[in-house]
Amino acid sequence: MSARRPFSAGGAVSPAAEGSPSRRRFLAVAGTAAVAAALAGCKGTSTEEFLQRNFRELSKEEVREVIARLEREYSAKFHRKVRVGNEPPIPGVLFGYALDLSRCVGCRRCVYACVKENNPSRQPQIQWIRVLQMDKDKGVDLQHATPYYDPEKVPEEGHFYMPVQCHQCKNPPCVKVCPVKATWKEPDGITVIDYNWCIGCRYCMAACPYGARRFNWDEPHIPPQDLNPETHYFGNRPRYRGVVEKCTFCIQRTRKGLYPACVEICPTGSRKFGNLLDPQSEIRYVLETKRVFLFKEELNTEPRFYYFYGV
Amino acid sequence: MRKENFRLLARFCAGGLRLLFAGSRSYYAWVAFLLALVGVGTLAYLGQLRHGLIQTSMRDQVSWGFYIGNFTFLVGVAAAAVMLVIPAYVYEWKPIKEITLLGEVLAIAALVMCLGFVLVDIGRPDRFWHIIPFVGLLNFPSSLLAWDVLALNGYLGLNGFIVLYLLFSAYTRRPYAKRLVYPLVFLSIPMAVSIHTVTAYLYNGLGARPYWNSAILAPRFLTSAFCSGPAILLILLQILRKQTRLEIKDEAIFKIAELMAYAMGINLFLTAAEAFKEFYTNSQEAVYIRYLYVGYKGHTTLVPFAWASVACGLAAFLLFLIPRTRKNWVTLNAGCVLIYASVYIEKGMGLIIPGLTPDTLGEIYTYRPSSTEFLVAAGIFAVGFLVFTLALKVAVPIMLGEFSLPDPAPKPPR
Repeated sequence: MSARRPFSAGGAVSPAAEGSPSRRRFLAVAGTAAVAAALAGCKGTSTEEFLQRNFRELSKEEVREVIARLEREYSAKFHRKVRVGNEPPIPGVLFGYALDLSRCVGCRRCVYACVKENNPSRQPQIQWIRVLQMDKDKGVDLQHATPYYDPEKVPEEGHFYMPVQCHQCKNPPCVKVCPVKATWKEPDGITVIDYNWCIGCRYCMAACPYGARRFNWDEPHIPPQDLNPETHYFGNRPRYRGVVEKCTFCIQRTRKGLYPACVEICPTGSRKFGNLLDPQSEIRYVLETKRVFLFKEELNTEPRFYYFYGV
Repeated sequence: MRKENFRLLARFCAGGLRLLFAGSRSYYAWVAFLLALVGVGTLAYLGQLRHGLIQTSMRDQVSWGFYIGNFTFLVGVAAAAVMLVIPAYVYEWKPIKEITLLGEVLAIAALVMCLGFVLVDIGRPDRFWHIIPFVGLLNFPSSLLAWDVLALNGYLGLNGFIVLYLLFSAYTRRPYAKRLVYPLVFLSIPMAVSIHTVTAYLYNGLGARPYWNSAILAPRFLTSAFCSGPAILLILLQILRKQTRLEIKDEAIFKIAELMAYAMGINLFLTAAEAFKEFYTNSQEAVYIRYLYVGYKGHTTLVPFAWASVACGLAAFLLFLIPRTRKNWVTLNAGCVLIYASVYIEKGMGLIIPGLTPDTLGEIYTYRPSSTEFLVAAGIFAVGFLVFTLALKVAVPIMLGEFSLPDPAPKPPR
């Protein structure tokens, strides 16, 4: 299965974040630097990190500097070489995801593969995918769902399983409410977060109908040997305390033409992923031939994460 | 002329500072008590800065809690200054006019607390500059939080200017420029309504949270604000009357209490309207109001508080509606305390927690504020009371004509 490419990765690669910042407002910012440096408390925030602007305002030169700095910092922290990529969206690619509810057995291998790939904090524990166990006679009913099932063997009699993660909505409420534009939708449909710009107000968490967003309440801890050193600026690079994170469809993999980790690991083939703009793709086949539904469709978020019944 | 004004302003500031340090023993004790609380809160906040928001009881399931609850309640208190401004300036109702200034000072203190609660709630306070217009990257007009930043700070600046200007004019014994003050005061009326409306919309606009996604949320915010703000003010007015020579007429106090009764009546009606819709329809969206009023799946943490809020509101409504109990100091003050308690629960934890519980995937996380949250909140309340106390320490003597320029400037010929 992993041999199959979800979409064509060919073609020209578009330039990194466009445009240079309209104004360098260093003076005003520097004025607040002293106060904020005191506020930042112990873990020394470097001046460069403090003054770093929103990623979309950075020039190509500045992006290079930021990436180099991050690679330096991470490599020193984890005592191993860490690469921070910023692969741009691939032109002509719009990612879509489909999950077969009739196949999923609730084994949670996707959850653990995601953790291994995406470098979330192990202590406290952060997971991007939440698998809900539901009653067959209730259907998709959140008031009769639990993520805390723990039997010897799955699937359990009378239950079905519904994994939930970021739905990469076409109308993302989280993007709408962010007061500082720290989260936005990329042209390939992935909603990303600039972990260096997020102020940690958690308004996006209140706005997300899918409980997809996680907050770093504590300093994230990852044992260095468990770190995945192949990272992306918007994806699995190590996060900071006090910022929000979530599933990015494994942006560090999918922008290189690989499947997300959860798709690759799924032992039942419940997870389908691909380019919605490619009529030959598997995802298009699923959408065109299966019974598909959108979770919380009435909220008009238009997810690009579809549930379907394969059999 | 410019130079002269600056000299006067310097004298005004110096004199004001002197006033702050000259007070009775009880004044010193009160300020010392508040400073001690500020110290305790600061220590707790430093702990939170060092260890992160993990020190609070908030988690991914309930991602806002005590801080944001207090913030929401205090926006209501700040908005209530308008309650006193409207009759004073629009209807030229004299007895209230004299105390409008106090209402505005209260609004300033409440706003300082609001901003404090937002600051302690954010995960990266060192990045607060990201939200400053033109310095950071404010997501205006898309984010209601961006609107709130502008509305709250605008209202704070407006009230701060009006108060300072009026006091400075009184100090220099010059009549204040009506052409400047009146438009500003009239502007402050829609501004007061807007800070509360915008704060209500902040919750209201989230389809993910059915408990907040109700069209009468903003009206409920306004009516409860019209109760809670004046409730605090009525008690403060009586204290001021005793402690200083400031004259505040009984008539003014009773009038405010009467207006509060109407506001509380509407507030209770709107609460009942919401409850009817949810309970009678009994759709899945009723789980949130169930969690608040009757408990859900055996989780009943909020239930006693919810009913205490209703009971207090109802009792206060009756006390303020009946003229005899409204004009009796004991029942009047009891009514104020009841209203405060009722709205504090309703617009604080009673708004935030059921909005987030059960969470968007149906999970119930029982949130109880941690000791860090209580201590930090105590510190912020102390800052607010300190701002209010110190501002009045200067303002009251000016209003009484005790603190002004020794030789009055010659009156302009008319």
